[in-house]
Amino acid sequence: MDLTLPILILAIPITMFLILGLFGMKMSHKLAGILGILGMGTTMVLAYTVAFDYFFSGNSLFISGSERLQHTVFDVTWLQFSPRLVVNFGFLLDPICAMMLVVITTISFFVHLYSWGYMEGEKGFQRFYAFLSLFSFSMLGLVVATNIFQMYIFWELVGVSSYLLIGFYYKTPSAVSASKKAFIVTRFADLGMLIGILVLSFYMPTFNFIELTAPGQPQAVLASTGGATFLGGSVLTWALVLIFTGGMGKSAMLPLHIWLPDAMEGPTPVSALIHAATMVVAGVYLVARMFPLYLMEYQALDFITFIGAITALYAAVVACTQVDIKRVLAFSTISQIAFMMVSLGVARPEIHEGLGYMASMFHLFTHAMFKALLFLGAGALIHAVHSNDYTAMGGLRKYMPITHWTFLIGCLAIAGIYPFSGFFSKDEMLSAMYGYSTFWGVWMTFVAGLTAFYMFRLYYLIFWWDENPHYKHHRPHDAPWQMSLPLIILAAVSCVAGFIPFGELITWNGEPYHIHIEWVKVAIPSLCTAVVAILLATVMYRKKNSLPDKAAAIWPGLWRAAHHRFYWDEIYMFITHKIIFNVICSSIAWFDRHIIDGTMDAFAKVTQKTSYTIRGMQSGSIQTYVWWYLMGAVALAAITCWAIL
Amino acid sequence: MNLTMLMYLIPSLIMFACGVYGFITRKNLIAILISLELMLNSVDLNFVIFNRFLFPGQLEGMFFTLFAIGIAAAETALAIAIVINIYRSIKKIDVSEITKMKF
Amino acid sequence: MESIGNIILYFVVAVIIAVFSAMAVTTRKILRAATYLLFVLLGTAVVYFQLGYEFLGAVQIAVYAGGILVLFVFSILLTQHPADPASVLANHRKFVGGLAAVCAVALLGVAVCKFPLIDGMSLTEAVSIGDLNMKQIGHFLLSSEKFGYLLPFEAISVLLLACIIGGIAIARNK
Repeated sequence: MDLTLPILILAIPITMFLILGLFGMKMSHKLAGILGILGMGTTMVLAYTVAFDYFFSGNSLFISGSERLQHTVFDVTWLQFSPRLVVNFGFLLDPICAMMLVVITTISFFVHLYSWGYMEGEKGFQRFYAFLSLFSFSMLGLVVATNIFQMYIFWELVGVSSYLLIGFYYKTPSAVSASKKAFIVTRFADLGMLIGILVLSFYMPTFNFIELTAPGQPQAVLASTGGATFLGGSVLTWALVLIFTGGMGKSAMLPLHIWLPDAMEGPTPVSALIHAATMVVAGVYLVARMFPLYLMEYQALDFITFIGAITALYAAVVACTQVDIKRVLAFSTISQIAFMMVSLGVARPEIHEGLGYMASMFHLFTHAMFKALLFLGAGALIHAVHSNDYTAMGGLRKYMPITHWTFLIGCLAIAGIYPFSGFFSKDEMLSAMYGYSTFWGVWMTFVAGLTAFYMFRLYYLIFWWDENPHYKHHRPHDAPWQMSLPLIILAAVSCVAGFIPFGELITWNGEPYHIHIEWVKVAIPSLCTAVVAILLATVMYRKKNSLPDKAAAIWPGLWRAAHHRFYWDEIYMFITHKIIFNVICSSIAWFDRHIIDGTMDAFAKVTQKTSYTIRGMQSGSIQTYVWWYLMGAVALAAITCWAIL
Repeated sequence: MNLTMLMYLIPSLIMFACGVYGFITRKNLIAILISLELMLNSVDLNFVIFNRFLFPGQLEGMFFTLFAIGIAAAETALAIAIVINIYRSIKKIDVSEITKMKF
Repeated sequence: MESIGNIILYFVVAVIIAVFSAMAVTTRKILRAATYLLFVLLGTAVVYFQLGYEFLGAVQIAVYAGGILVLFVFSILLTQHPADPASVLANHRKFVGGLAAVCAVALLGVAVCKFPLIDGMSLTEAVSIGDLNMKQIGHFLLSSEKFGYLLPFEAISVLLLACIIGGIAIARNK
């Protein structure tokens, strides 16, 4: 395969970052915006070309018989620490990578375009575009990584650009603390990932994904560990769980989810790009990338399933009680990613030929589209009413028809209503879950129902409910074309994406899988759940009434706990401030201040005292110096004479 | 009675000791220089004496002295230039008055 | 056996050197100190002659006694009134200097006396072995072969030039 396109896909965004970052302040907003959009558009076209080539050209590099192959476009040695420890830098093309290229560049392009309208006139407009380009570069580098170390490097770069973008409004204290929180929490999780990588690399001769996941290779690892176990898990299990910890951080799984809701302090396009569509699914991508290894250890997969299921339910419940529309969407994102995680966790070759894997990737794709749509819609709303809270909205359907209809499509898609894209991917995931165990199937169906409920609660509260009296002074209206166009296109994609024959393109082992919808067992029940949930939401929130308050009063404790996100932030605060800071840090600080500083001060004081005492010797009189010098020489000579004679 | 090396070394030793004494005790910069010349001269003398009595067939000591005399001349000229310069700026050449280099 | 004249000459010169050295560093008048130094230098020149280094003796007289001493006298005359006696030295200063001198003398004396070859050769023998004339010296001084001193010779000429320039630079009126 030609090297130009893959290299350009990485080179254009980083070049854009450098140009906009270095010379942005000299440019007008318009020029910077056009440059960013053109750069990203070119990258998108290139990525489409590469993905199209990969899936449909029939090139023997990419497909042999019916099996899709992993193809290393290039892989150069970057750092060689020792003959065994080599870090490469390359471009790996395989089904999930091609799909991620499409997702990232598409969303990124639309976000670039959208930001042109949304960020218009903001201070630091050029900086914003530079950071967007940096993020796109990092994310693309992450998905094309040929080895786990390259992935780790880009993983951190993604974290940095996310940090920069969350803290874009660096004069707002809440944005600053949110960016710090996001960085520290994900960095903490990445520590686990790094340890996992180190453990894995200790037993593996290579970092390379293809070699790591080659048939037979995982067995070799198992054999090489010699059955060593720790707390009931094999070494490989621990390595995989630790690597998954990094994914938990980035993908906001319990208990490392606390950063994502706060990350909504960033500009809304950023939330759409990073905290809904691309970066937060990096954890899912990581597990999918190393899936053959995970298949060796069902314990690790069970762990993923368990964490995912708990997170999905938790986030869905919390989303039902939030006031800030971006936070609702954030919790919905957490819940949907958890859905993907569960789907990966229950994927087994013997259950529908590993359907869970394909369904997870399918949902990743559709979710990226409709969640980006929802976030961009939320951005348009915020742009119109200048507030994040639904209490400042209501009855907006008449004022903002484009936003209304696209938002509705997004809601229908996420709720899983036929024929919108969410239905298909969610149906496949639920099939996989039912195939694994009925318990998780029912559990996740319930979560899907909750999803439908909270999304339509949000929809009705924004667009129906009661018209806000402020509209008379300040009439909200639809966003400019740069913002509306992405909404319309993404809505169109959300309508039709479900009909993509995803199983033919992406499966865990490259063999095609023919999707068939299990209407009776899975689809009808989940559809019914969703419809009931939507109806419930309609009854409760279509017109202003007191039903919501009554519902909240049924379980006031539960409602309050959910409203406070089950006190996770408070728990973290308690642990960090009360326990870590007070007990551990203050004692360390005491040690530092009194023992270490004290030692240093003592050195300084002794030196000072001594020098004041002996400074009389620096009389400035050469004769005194000579005298001492002479006596010293005489003494030395005397000693020498005495020794010799 | 023979004139031996020891007999020649003794005046040289006395000259050196006087130079040391003068260098340490005198306050006048020029007197210090004079003491310095005494010491230097005694060293020159030693070179010659050792050359004559220990290696009579060779000339290294003699040439060393020859060059040392040349260098001594140069050194004295510079030293006196410095002394005159000091005198010009503080109107004294007493070392106890020159204390700028003190702590 | 030395000639009697040589022995007498030696003692005279040794006494002159010892006495005038001591006087040069103890006199309170600086111009006298310079004069006593002249006598010491001349005595040294005599020793050079006696040891058979006539050229060295001549250089000693010409450069030291003639050149350097004149410099001293000029600088003394430039910097102070020649008749001014120096202030009386403090006793502890004298003691400290004397102690240093005595220590040095004692140590060096011991070292000299213990030197194994100290009574090796008499002056007559030594002078008879190492006879040399001006032609040889000139030859060695400008020879670049073994035992040739051309390089130091040139180096010292550069040094003297640098010294001239340095002397001008330092002493010149700003």
